[in-house]
Amino acid sequence: MADIQNYTLNFGPQHPAAHGVLRMVLELDGEVVQRADPHIGLLHRATEKLAETKTWIQSVPYMDRLDYMSMMVSEHAYCMAIERMIGIDVPIRAQYIRVMFDEITRILNHLLWVGAHGLDVGAMTMVLYAFREREDLVDCYEAVSGARMHAAYFRPGGVYRDLPDTMPKYRESKWKSAAEVKKLNEVRSGTFLDFLQDFVSRFPNIVDEYETLLTDNRIWKQRLVNVGVVSPERALQLGFTGPMLRGSGIAWDLRKKQSYEVYDRLDFDIPVGVTGDCYDRYLVRIEEMRQSNRILQQCIDWLRVNPGPVISDNHKVASPLRANMKSNMEELIHHFKLCTEGMHVPEGQVYSAVEHPKGEFGIYAISDGANKPYRLKIRSPGYVHLSAMDELVRGHMIADVVTMVGTIDIVFGEIDR
Amino acid sequence: MMVETLQQLLPGFLIPHFNWAMQLGQGIFGDLWPSILTAVWTVIKVMLIIAPLLLAVAYATFAERKVIGWMQVRIGPNRVGPWGLFQPLADGLKVLLKEVVVPANADKAVFLLAPLFAFAPALIAWAVIPFNEFLVLANVNASLLFVMAVTSVSVYGIILAGWSPNSKYAFLGSMRSAAQMISYEVAMGLSLVVVLMISNSLNLVDIVKVQNEGRFADMGLKFLSWNWLPLLPMFVVYVISIFAECNRAPFDLAEGESEIIGYHVEYSGMSFAVFQLAEYSAMLMGCTLVSLLFLGGWLSPVAFLPDSILWLFLKIFSVLILFFWVRATFPRYRYDQVMRLGWKVLIPVSLIWLAVVACWMLSPWNIWK
Repeated sequence: MADIQNYTLNFGPQHPAAHGVLRMVLELDGEVVQRADPHIGLLHRATEKLAETKTWIQSVPYMDRLDYMSMMVSEHAYCMAIERMIGIDVPIRAQYIRVMFDEITRILNHLLWVGAHGLDVGAMTMVLYAFREREDLVDCYEAVSGARMHAAYFRPGGVYRDLPDTMPKYRESKWKSAAEVKKLNEVRSGTFLDFLQDFVSRFPNIVDEYETLLTDNRIWKQRLVNVGVVSPERALQLGFTGPMLRGSGIAWDLRKKQSYEVYDRLDFDIPVGVTGDCYDRYLVRIEEMRQSNRILQQCIDWLRVNPGPVISDNHKVASPLRANMKSNMEELIHHFKLCTEGMHVPEGQVYSAVEHPKGEFGIYAISDGANKPYRLKIRSPGYVHLSAMDELVRGHMIADVVTMVGTIDIVFGEIDR
Repeated sequence: MMVETLQQLLPGFLIPHFNWAMQLGQGIFGDLWPSILTAVWTVIKVMLIIAPLLLAVAYATFAERKVIGWMQVRIGPNRVGPWGLFQPLADGLKVLLKEVVVPANADKAVFLLAPLFAFAPALIAWAVIPFNEFLVLANVNASLLFVMAVTSVSVYGIILAGWSPNSKYAFLGSMRSAAQMISYEVAMGLSLVVVLMISNSLNLVDIVKVQNEGRFADMGLKFLSWNWLPLLPMFVVYVISIFAECNRAPFDLAEGESEIIGYHVEYSGMSFAVFQLAEYSAMLMGCTLVSLLFLGGWLSPVAFLPDSILWLFLKIFSVLILFFWVRATFPRYRYDQVMRLGWKVLIPVSLIWLAVVACWMLSPWNIWK
């Protein structure tokens, strides 16, 4: 009798659930996965090496393109690394703006995650509902930076610009009648903060709506409960961070534990799971969206009443005001130096980490005093989580592999870098 | 049959010509003439069913895209023709012009035959479906059995489609699908047994007619006399089984586009489209059977409105909308969960209800005398 051999299946990179370019070699016994071997590198762009040949500030837009689903948070870690090495203070208003956009980004990321995860598990309506809400948030991105995705809004020393007083408006066209445009522009008539306030007050109900579709759905629970269980000890050993770790019941959140910017002034909770399965991680992320919404509300209230500068006045790092440049020799020289050779970062090394929507996102930078980093190392949460893939899916079925890819919240931009 | 019908339908001035043609045929073919007439008449009837059916299938895809689009805050197809109404035709034209790619290691003959195996049964079954009391191509006395037998054949199309292209994904898809269709056929068969027990017939026309009688029907509330109410658990079991039989969400794991893409992953162009046609005509078939067996077919829901074929279409369409709605709402079951639901829930429920109905029929409270 012939030996019964396991069946090897090449899952991706051309696969609708591969979340980009994940390639996994699955060893199957029937439908049950015996071994999963994730292969990476199909989206490798050598960001770390490229950064060595660019001035410090030129690498900010690269950070957007790492995790292209949570753009500004990656910028944040990078800008913080530079600020710590130079030792400059960020104006308090800029800190609030940064925190606000971190949380907008967290909601953006989790919305995409809930949509993609739903789609993986077969609830295809989720993705369209989530994108409806993402639309408002990318509009916020657009209003401050001009770009809906790759914003490059955070700068060493603060943020690029203060929040705008007006929102871009819809215009009448062949497809949009005057009445329609008027209705669409209603929430856009005020300032940026008014627009965001409108979203923040709507958002809890929207999350409730998602929960009615998924949380108590029997099929959703059957697909997620007790799938991919990670014990708290094992989660720590595997180096999990973010919702993956909190799903296992460990209340670790850099925003609380190593508070940066103004997170220590804000009131929010860290949700944790109990069993550490996919369902707990789902609940944790849903609750994180609600908590982010709370933070947004506090930021809006503070920003409304506290005007001020949004970027450092240290002109070795941040550009001076254009108006001053026209009349002042020294400002002109600063501007010229910044635009030609960029800022110089004193010799040293630093590790700065932020609580990225997916986990701990860290930048480890070494400077030799030049205008470029000597070495830049990016610690991406997705990479660590993906390396636990084999352990997560072993003994589960093919359908669960897809659930697991979803629950890890994989974005290949940051894994391959 | 054809002669009388045409004599009624044709305008007066054509009738002498028609009679003359009949006499000519009689003169040429002699005794064979009545058989030829029957054959021609049958072909005409077949075409009268298949052509509207294919059109309905095409517009079922359109309806699905539109309805799910509205549910998902989208617009749906709206580019081709007014409100996108020509979209199915454009799609048909597109797939016709596409190349049918046959994978290098495929068993070519089987690969090309598989779509036909899937499609043919879905069409054949329509032969015995009554649209009203008289409008039925073949009113055989065991039509329900015929439908069951023919629709089971379509699983061969899926198995062959999964096996022939030598692709692992397709193979997994067909294994899933075969297991699923066979499991759910049991539950479906058991729920049908209950229906035929109370109807005392295997003929679909009779099954519908029986639903026209009962206490509520005498009161004028005919819809309460239909089978769905006294056989409510069977109705639910049957609808769920139909979802599984048609490989529709939440049991679409044979297709499972986010997992294994499906048994037809290697198909392209028209050969893929034939699978889609088969899926949708099987779905329409399922909706029609639900309407006939449990929702009173062409019977009107209340006594003061006349029975009409339009009621049947309305019921089919409503069940179809249910299919779409479920697809837009639910996540997909996992393979083992589908099996568990089939074997451990639906089959025991059907068996128990079978026994309950049997006792009910023997008791003095039997309502189906």
